[in-house]
Amino acid sequence: MNEGRLRSLTPSVLAILVRRGADFAAAEDAVQDALVEAIRVWPSDPPRDPKGWLVTVAWRRFLDATRSEVARRRREELIEDEPAPGPTSALDDTLQLYFLCAHPSLTPSSAVALTLRAVGGLTTRQIAAAYLVPEATMAQRISRAKRTVSDVRLDQPGDVATVLRVLYLVFNEGYSGDVDLAVEAIRLTRQLAAVIDHPEVAGLLALMLLHHARRAARTAPDGSLVPLAEQDRARWDTAAIADGVQILQAALARDRLGEFQAQAAIAALHADATGAAETDWVQIVEWYDELVRLTDSPVVRLNRAVAVGEADGPRAGLAAFATLDPALPRYAAVAAYLHERDGDLPTAARLYAEAAHRAPNLAERDHLTRQAARLNARGVAEVRE
Amino acid sequence: MAKYLMLKHYRGAPAPVNNVPMNEWTPQEISDHIQYMHDFAAKLEKTGEFVDGQALAPEGSWVRYDGEGRPPVTDGPFAETKDLIAGWMIIDVDSHERAIELAGELSAAPGAGGKPIHEWLEVRPFLAAPPTIPACPHG
Repeated sequence: MNEGRLRSLTPSVLAILVRRGADFAAAEDAVQDALVEAIRVWPSDPPRDPKGWLVTVAWRRFLDATRSEVARRRREELIEDEPAPGPTSALDDTLQLYFLCAHPSLTPSSAVALTLRAVGGLTTRQIAAAYLVPEATMAQRISRAKRTVSDVRLDQPGDVATVLRVLYLVFNEGYSGDVDLAVEAIRLTRQLAAVIDHPEVAGLLALMLLHHARRAARTAPDGSLVPLAEQDRARWDTAAIADGVQILQAALARDRLGEFQAQAAIAALHADATGAAETDWVQIVEWYDELVRLTDSPVVRLNRAVAVGEADGPRAGLAAFATLDPALPRYAAVAAYLHERDGDLPTAARLYAEAAHRAPNLAERDHLTRQAARLNARGVAEVRE
Repeated sequence: MAKYLMLKHYRGAPAPVNNVPMNEWTPQEISDHIQYMHDFAAKLEKTGEFVDGQALAPEGSWVRYDGEGRPPVTDGPFAETKDLIAGWMIIDVDSHERAIELAGELSAAPGAGGKPIHEWLEVRPFLAAPPTIPACPHG
């Protein structure tokens, strides 16, 4: 059994312990211990019933951990209070844990960490490495998060939108350490889609698959960013694209459009084009119009201006751009691109340099500096001729 | 072993020898420069001397406490500041000489025309924990 399959058992094992009366924080620690033990023991001695094995070991760990005098008293009370066997809740166990770990009382970083541990079954060390913080810091963040939700009852339905935001954050973090967070986010979203029938869950899953399909083509061997138009489309993962498109089409057919479905539709139109020149920009603009209607987000309007520039020419793009707030992230980068398309190279070069100055990460800064350098070099060449 | 901070400045350091802004290099010169920095860090990881390296955005703000129950006062961007840090690398090396040697190597990163920038880097030793055996035998 691979580690992914093993970790997919995490939420149901945890839910069983909680239903038997363990409090969430202690149960979560016990399940974590059992997972570590499973990784150690199973390769040489695989269990016949993996889930049963995990429940047994985790429950034993839970009892060991609560063996103090105070805890013993509490345990005796628990046995007396134990609810009658039978279905205790209409909600799926796994789904309840997703809701709990994305509870609105948690900060985004706490919700992300708790979801990765309690639903994803990652170790604190793996999560810390993925977010480039010391393990002790991540351990504190997780235990504070568990305290925050300790009074939340597990049988209350939550808001799917908060869960989706957490999964979106995990996906966007990308890759560092030995855990690929994008892959993990896809796994967790797929698992969520299996327990709840919701078009936006499907929309987010499709969005992730469609972006993940392009990942190999997004960076050059030297680590620099390759823009969509210049990517080698032969390196796109066609199986992931087909999967994403199919999931998206099924979701759209339900006629309950949401933000993630609309974003996925835009990604699907890019994935569908055999070359950058074949991209259906008119349809992409229509999806941006839907997104503006759904979110009224200025960032969406900024991206829409780029699409308008491609569909109707750079002048139309600049007109769509004119009303936007210059403080928006990537404003200068979009302005530079539209001016370059419009043939105003000195303005574009100046704006690329300004965009590099304001870039939110090193890869983008290097990319934008290169764009400025490319235009400046061309300008020098023209003067010399 | 001793830790040293190598600081790179956006401004505040004396002008480098090869003083051409990056957006006036050719794209290839930019790639070569970035490759040199990657290779330098990778080499120090291999020799077991690399600790950390980070880049900072050029814009930020000054912040200070403004009394009980009041939001902090912010000021900025750092328009009037002379000194502006661009990033750092922390190394853990055997000697001060080694720290100077490595900073010299980092300063030789190629810039315009593929020639070394000769950028001035600031090298600062960490104030570490006191040694187990006191430096002063009577301490």
